[in-house]
This record gives sequence, structure tokens and C-alpha cells, in this order.
Amino acid sequence: MSSPAIIAPLEAPSVDAEQRIAVATQWQLMWWRFRKHKLALGGTIVLALFYFVSLFADFFAYADPNESDAQRSLIAPQTIHWFDDGRFAPYVHPLKGTRDPKTFKRVYVPDPARKIPLQFFARGEPYQLFGFIPTDRHLFGVEGAKAGETMFLMGTDTQGRDLWSRLMFATRTSMTIGLVSVALSLVLGVVLGGVSGYFGGAIDSVIQRIIEILRSIPTIPLWMGLAAAVPNDWSVMQVYFAITIIISLIGWTELARVVRGRFISLKSEDFVMAAELVGCNKSRIIFRHMVPSFISHIIAATTLAIPAIIISETSLSFLGLGLRPPAISWGVLLQDAQNIQALVLSPWLLFPSIAVVVAVLAFNFMGDGIRDAADPYL
Amino acid sequence: MVAYIVRRLLLAVLTVWAISVLSFIIIHLPPGDYVTSYIASMSASGSAVSEGEAKALREQLGLDQPITIQYAKWMGLILQGNFGMAMEWGRPVSDVIGDRLSLTMIISLAAIIFTWAVALPIGIYSAVYRYSFLDYVFTLVGFIGLAIPGFLLALIVMYVGFAYFGANVGGLFSPDFAEAPWSLDKAWDLAKHLPIPAIVLGIAGTAQLIRIMRSNLLDELRKPYVMTARARGLPELRVVLRYPVRVALNPFISTIGYLLPYIVSGSIIVSLVLSLPTVGPLLLKALIAQDMFLAGTIVLLLGVMTVVGTLLSDLLLMWVDPRIRFGRE
Repeated sequence: MSSPAIIAPLEAPSVDAEQRIAVATQWQLMWWRFRKHKLALGGTIVLALFYFVSLFADFFAYADPNESDAQRSLIAPQTIHWFDDGRFAPYVHPLKGTRDPKTFKRVYVPDPARKIPLQFFARGEPYQLFGFIPTDRHLFGVEGAKAGETMFLMGTDTQGRDLWSRLMFATRTSMTIGLVSVALSLVLGVVLGGVSGYFGGAIDSVIQRIIEILRSIPTIPLWMGLAAAVPNDWSVMQVYFAITIIISLIGWTELARVVRGRFISLKSEDFVMAAELVGCNKSRIIFRHMVPSFISHIIAATTLAIPAIIISETSLSFLGLGLRPPAISWGVLLQDAQNIQALVLSPWLLFPSIAVVVAVLAFNFMGDGIRDAADPYL
Repeated sequence: MVAYIVRRLLLAVLTVWAISVLSFIIIHLPPGDYVTSYIASMSASGSAVSEGEAKALREQLGLDQPITIQYAKWMGLILQGNFGMAMEWGRPVSDVIGDRLSLTMIISLAAIIFTWAVALPIGIYSAVYRYSFLDYVFTLVGFIGLAIPGFLLALIVMYVGFAYFGANVGGLFSPDFAEAPWSLDKAWDLAKHLPIPAIVLGIAGTAQLIRIMRSNLLDELRKPYVMTARARGLPELRVVLRYPVRVALNPFISTIGYLLPYIVSGSIIVSLVLSLPTVGPLLLKALIAQDMFLAGTIVLLLGVMTVVGTLLSDLLLMWVDPRIRFGRE
């Protein structure tokens, strides 16, 4: 379908290149176009990093994310001294908590006389990598002390829990909730959108009306209502899946719209008619002939659906209706930032919001890139 | 045209019905029923409810009947304007909601007006001066605006207002007016407080609309009639504004339809952070206290108001866009 005249300006117009394009597969062509989109490439790298962190959250965290200690509450992010006597040897000064005699606020002063060296790949809290490999190596730790008591890269929250370590685990929860939810929405969207587009007629009208109705309802009040009905005594895992289901029940409409549109436009293509004429059955026409030609659009729509899901989960958890402690997600972390007075005194509580914004941006860039690469005519 | 209006009206009625069913489900989802929570709240305040009274109350409310009949009864009460009692407040739901619903709509409307007022000129500028420095700036700001959840933006605005200006930027009224009856002064006070919530709420929608406007107008500007207009020596401003902008505007209007549910949705969370006296904080409190009649009613009324708003915008669109008026979509 794609004539060389359209693709030629993208590649060097030599004979060699033209031949390469002529024999390239559809995925190769897509990759070449995607590569040109620098922002999309950057977004992809950032997302790869985020999922890398999700996979190895225990390794990146140096402290137990649930260990609280009132003696360590609201410590500001610590300064790391990278060089000692001109030599690269990162260290931190241990902190001492005292009370301000005037305000009676807890203040922490570094003790400049002592130095605690930082170590990479240090031993620390034991954990099980991927749930079955026991180890106690962490990306970094400190020498001769417990990392959770001396190192505060991003400070601590009101209960004295280390924010950096919590952020690592929150990244795991929030990034996977996006994937699980989008997978559920995808199943609903592809099945209902496919049925709607392929068969048309009355069933199409019914599904379209359902989509229209769902799209004209304000979602957040509805989510709040459903999420509030999740029983209090459910375990973290149960709540996690309940929330993913609630979010995807309402989020599938956009995917269904894309799938339906593709089915309708492809139904009248010559190659589909050819397949019908040679006597292919319906499922072969759908899965062998039609789906491969628009799978890239589904991938693009799916990628673009994830940021909305991440924002929904974060918002719900922020309100206290989504995931609840002891679960750790970006929204749960941001709950601490709800109180504006506390926020002004300890602005580092807003750190998790940076992760939210960066992840959402990266998904948007990558999704845009895939969409442009999948269909240069749009 | 008549067919279109009838179709729209039918869809609106259907949507309202779907919302009412969903609200009813929300009311009934938590374990126990209205009477159990009523007994709990009564005994919390010291007065006991006897078995007989509970039974009588259940019969009166029809809680011993099948769920479909309960739904019909509930709808009947709602249609009479009786939304039940808000337990925590010990007052009828309609009393508790009061002004809050209209304030929610005022804020949402202000956000939409802001969205339009900003997205239109910027969209036109970005299309006409494509790939200019400002176009890139707007694109970047738009992307970031899309990526920041509303509650986060509200938090940041609060933080900046508090930390750098020492002012509490939340709320919709000055303390003097909060409890005062409506007057011109109070309305003026409200108008002064509106911009911040409107901007916070509108920014994500604005970012989307700018992109839509930009790409629509770009498509139009490439068309031959624009070249003809230029060739005939029309002034550039006229070339752009006279026809291409008008054509590009149509899809722009139709976006109100989905912008409204989106903004109403967002207003709930933003209101909580900025402590605006809308239904948002009320809904959260009701849900946490499991005051399901209040919560269900809020979801229902929000949904219905959104549907009415969308319907109005569709009728407006029909009035503006002849293609819809004459039956072609």
C-alpha cells in the first residue's frame, strides 16, 4: 500500500535505501519512522527505566519502606558530599534530632565531625529478588550502619519512613496498575469494539449507545462511589485488583472506539473481500487478515490510555478511596502532602508528584510516536 | 433536524436512566441497608431504635421488597424531589446539598469559558505560525498541562500561594461572605475567587483544545480556497479569520460535549484540595461515612446536570453547524 514516493523523503534517496524500503516488513518501516521521533524515543527510554525500577524495587530501595520511627519524622532530604579531599568518596554526616527551644519543633542537625561513607552494591535489608532469589544487596547503602537510620536521600515522611525507598515501591505499584488495568480495558475494548465494527447493525447501535452513555457520565464521582464500597477488611492485593477493575470498567470506551473504527474501514478493503471470496471463515478473516493490519493502532491507543489510568489511580488513592496503606503507590505517598501547612514546612513530600508527571509525559510521547509511526497518513 | 433532536433527547433520557441505576447500585453496594446505618447513627447519638420500629421503617421504605421495586420506589421519591435523609447531618439531602450543586456548575462553567478564551487564540496562533518559537513553547506547556493531574496542580498552586505570597488561595468566598445570603457583593466576591479554580480545572482541557484547534486549522489552511483568497490579495488577517477559522471551529464546539463531564469530574478532586464549597468535599465525606443516600444523590445529580449541559451544547452545535442541522453528521 505505501508507495515509495511517500516514504522516500524519510530515508536517504539512494537506490540502496529504496530497495531496503521496498523489502522491509511493516514493523521495520514503523521502527524507522518511530526512530525519527526523538521525543517518543526519549519517552520510551524513560519508561524502560521506570519499569526497570519497578522490577528491582527492593534493590533500589535501601530501607524498609514500612519501618516507621517517630524519632525520624519529616527529615529534609540529606546533602550527599561526593568528594572527600578531592577524591571521589561519597559520604554523609549523621543527623541528630533535637528540639528547637523556641518553637518546640523537631530539627535535625548534621554532625560534621563524623562521616559515614556511602557504598554502592552494599549489603542491607535482606529481601527476595523476584520473590524467590534471597539476597541483601542494594544499589547503595552505608558502611558500618543501618542505611534506614542514616541515609535520607529524599527525606522522610510524617511517620519517619524513608521517602526514597517508599518511592521505589510506589513506582512498582503505580506503574503495574497502569498495565493491569489497560490489559483489562483492552480485552473489553477489543471484544466489544470488534463485535460492534465487524457485525454492525443493531448490536453496533447498542454498543455505541453504551459507549456514549459511559462517556457522558462524570467518571470521578462514579469511581469514588464504587471505590468507597470496597470493604475495609480486604487485603492489599484484593483492593489492588478491585481498583484496577473499577478503573478499567469505565476506561475501555476509547479503545473500543478505535478498534471499531478500524474494523469498519477495513471491512470494505479489497483484501478482506478477497479472503471472503476464497472461502476463509470469519475467525480467520478477523485474526489472520484484519487484526495484523491494525494491531499497531491498538498498541498506540493502549499506550495513550495508560497515563489516564495512572492519573485516575493516583487521584483515587490521594483521596483515600483507592489503594490504602499499607499499600504504597504514588497517590498514597501524596496523601501526606494534602495538608498545606505540612507541605510548606516539608516540600519534599511533593517528590512523588515528579514521578507521576514524568511517567505520564513519557507515556504520552511514546504513544504519540507509535501512532505517528503506525499511520503516517493520520 | 427534528430526527436529530429526538435522537439526542432519547439518548439523554437513556443516559439519565443509566446514571440513576448506577447511583442506585452505589447506594446499595455497601453491606447493610439504610435502616442498619440509621440505627447505628441513632444509637451513636444516644437514642435507641426498637426492633418493631426498625421493621416498620423497613416496610415503609420498602426494603423488604425485591430490588427492582425498591429502585422504582426510590425513583418515585426522587421525582417528587425527596432525596431522603443525610444521616450524618440529620437533615434532608436536598438541604445539605443546597447551594453546593450550583457552585459546582458555576466553577465548571468558568473553567470551560477559560478553556475557550485561551485555547482559541493560542490554537490559531500556533497554526498560523507553525514551528515558531512560541508554537513550541505552547506545545510544551500543553504537554505538561496534560500530564499534571488536577489535584496536583491545585496542590502546587496552594503551595506557591502559601509559601511565596503568604495567602490562602483556596475557597470561593472571603470569610465575611461565606455564610452571608446572596447579594451583589457576594456575587462579586465569588467572581474574584473564581479565576484560580477555573484555571486549575481548565488547564488540561485547554491543552487538548489547543492541539485540536491547531491541527484543524492547519488542515484548512492547506486548502485551495485559502490560496485563492491570498491570490486575490485579501489581507492576511481576513484570509485566516474569515473562513478557515470558522470551519475549524466546528469540531471545537462539539468538544464541549466531552469536556463538561471531564471538568465536572475534575472539579470534585480540585475542590477538595482548594477547599471549595462544592459537592466534592461533601461527596467524599458522605462516602467515608457510608452515608449512601447522600452520596448516591450527589452522583445522580452531578450526572444529570452534566447530561443536561451536554444536551444544551449539542443543540448549540446544531444551531451553529448546518451540516448537523440538515441531517448529515
